[in-house]
Amino acid sequence: MELTGAEILVRSLKEEGVTHLFGYPGGAVLHIYDALYQQDDVKHILVRHEQAATHAADGYARSTGEPGVALVTSGPGATNAVTGIATAFMDSIPMVVITGQVPTNMIGNDAFQEVDSIGVTRPCVKHNFLVKDVADLAETIKKAFYIATTGRPGPVVVDIPKDVTANKAEFKYPKKVSMRSYNPVVKGHIGQIKRAVTMMLSAERPIFYTGGGVVLGRGAKELTELAQLLNYPVTNTLMGLGAYPATDRQFVGMLGMHGTYEANMTMHHCDVLIAIGARFDDRVTGNIEKFCPHARIIHVDIDPSSISKNVKVDVPIVGSVPDVLQEMIKLLKSGNKKSDQTALQAWWKQIDEWRSVDCLKYDHESEHIKPQQVIESLYNATHGDAFVTSDVGQHQMWAAQYYKFDKPYRWINSGGLGTMGFGLPAAMGAQLAHPDATVACVTGEGSIQMCIQELSTCLQYGLPIKIIALNNRYLGMVRQWQEFFYERRYAMSYMDALPDFVKLAESYGHVGMRIENPADVDGAMEEAMKLKNRLVFMDFVTDQEENVYPMIPAGAGLNEMILV
Amino acid sequence: MENEAGALSRVAGLFSARGYNIESLTVAPTEDPSMSRMTVVTRGSEEIIEQITKQLNKLIDVIKLVDLSEDEHIEREMALVKVKAEGDAREEYKRLADIFNGRIIDVTETTYTIELTDSGDRIVEFITAINTDEIIETVRSGVSGIARGEKSLHP
Repeated sequence: MELTGAEILVRSLKEEGVTHLFGYPGGAVLHIYDALYQQDDVKHILVRHEQAATHAADGYARSTGEPGVALVTSGPGATNAVTGIATAFMDSIPMVVITGQVPTNMIGNDAFQEVDSIGVTRPCVKHNFLVKDVADLAETIKKAFYIATTGRPGPVVVDIPKDVTANKAEFKYPKKVSMRSYNPVVKGHIGQIKRAVTMMLSAERPIFYTGGGVVLGRGAKELTELAQLLNYPVTNTLMGLGAYPATDRQFVGMLGMHGTYEANMTMHHCDVLIAIGARFDDRVTGNIEKFCPHARIIHVDIDPSSISKNVKVDVPIVGSVPDVLQEMIKLLKSGNKKSDQTALQAWWKQIDEWRSVDCLKYDHESEHIKPQQVIESLYNATHGDAFVTSDVGQHQMWAAQYYKFDKPYRWINSGGLGTMGFGLPAAMGAQLAHPDATVACVTGEGSIQMCIQELSTCLQYGLPIKIIALNNRYLGMVRQWQEFFYERRYAMSYMDALPDFVKLAESYGHVGMRIENPADVDGAMEEAMKLKNRLVFMDFVTDQEENVYPMIPAGAGLNEMILV
Repeated sequence: MENEAGALSRVAGLFSARGYNIESLTVAPTEDPSMSRMTVVTRGSEEIIEQITKQLNKLIDVIKLVDLSEDEHIEREMALVKVKAEGDAREEYKRLADIFNGRIIDVTETTYTIELTDSGDRIVEFITAINTDEIIETVRSGVSGIARGEKSLHP
């Protein structure tokens, strides 16, 4: 039987196992919405702004490992979605975004709500497609999901003109798809893996430096096994948190600009660096000239272009993280060679000394609420088991430093693009994927206002997200840089004329709380967590000039941190 | 690469987004109409060329990529040069065209249009040999390249 393009699209999504579709209707996608209306398999979540549709799909993907899916209309629908697409692209998140387009005979005519969505999104997608013939639609959707979820994942945009959604074709969803120009590598080169294992065993001062690729590649279990087999220290990047249990003794904390003293010192002094699913980002390396001066480097990554991009490595291995790590574990278990235990013991002694600096200590006697205290309180109240999304700025760093993630997929933040406004819609995606779990959105009074309209979506779908706003009346990270590097000239970093967040939350039908006293933090947190079925907006009035420490200033090496 | 609309802009966009230079770029369909062949001439350090290679390979539309300069290869480019040709200059340009194995393909009372197919370097030499004031216009096709011997891009 012949189906319309709109019906083919919806059936294809169902074939892909899509249960949630985040979107916003408009002229170019009306046929699609009509087809969605007539079925129950794919649930549509109506956001309040297309940026939130892409962030929510992204949060869904980051909390499950499954691709997130968004649907927006042509023109402004597509351009509003771009921030969310670019966010997903920078963090390699599998996502499929369907954009409506004006009818094929109108393309290029400056038609109403027309924009060249393929051109606009080209630099921030893994791939994109314009579907000109309804006969190609099902196969294109299959390809879109295949590309988004394999190799180094990423967002794929499918632009569908309105007439294509009305035209009819026979529906047959392809079982599989093969593309001569796209064949992602999975297995690592065994010779290289052997070289890597030999180098790992020859180390006197080793460290595992692991990133988001371990989470995305589903390699957390293998990483934990490998690291514990060797008893080597592990540091995670901002994107990799949860890939190795943060409460384990071998974990030395996050590294980089706001990483722990012990993580950065261990990095700087290591002699063998085992990088896995990480990309030597500038926030991680500090000054590249001073980066790990004594290290021989092994780098495992699914994306060849990540290898030796910023830092030249000695043993590159292109392959999927769990596959390569399993090979390494097999070689280590079958071989009889051991690492130098005396050297390793001395290394751990040194690391424990760095640890004893206690770089994350803060003032517990202050009359103001310290933001760090709020995150610790959140950690305790949720038993370390919540899905935590964040926006971007100081609160993001405090959440990363003080919430000890033991599992992957729990820490959800915009690491690469640094998108303010990400936290709340991402929390919606995570909450819909995990209806019974606690989902907390750590944010600031600046970031939350960038997608505040989504409080309405949360009401509509009954999403009991706990919003933890660290309200210091400043764009905190901007203010911190102005304090350090611009002689305290606080240009435009003060948030004047803030709304009353309690009343705002209440006006959207949610619960609002304002907490101003350090002694009230834990009690309020417990109370909020007890409100299982309600969204609670917790407005924590925090110490205005608290800074994120440690910090590596621009141009410095990992060993040149500013401590408190 | 796949002979798809947009494939060219993906390549061009990659070069501009990542700050790489394109000296020339040529593209046209091959004997298999579903595939196009593109020759890009670029410059950069070994690290940059390695990154360009990897980034191009990552594009979904790119089927196969080789760095021709790693091995023996042939480069050819065509130039059409229109020159003022009056009086003694007519004979002079005829000789110059002969020396460079060029052909005069259009003649008017006052102009010649000379076609030359050679390596990019030879074309630069030819253009340099003509007095700039005498050139009315120059069109260059950009370089196409192919490996010497039996090697090919086909798997």
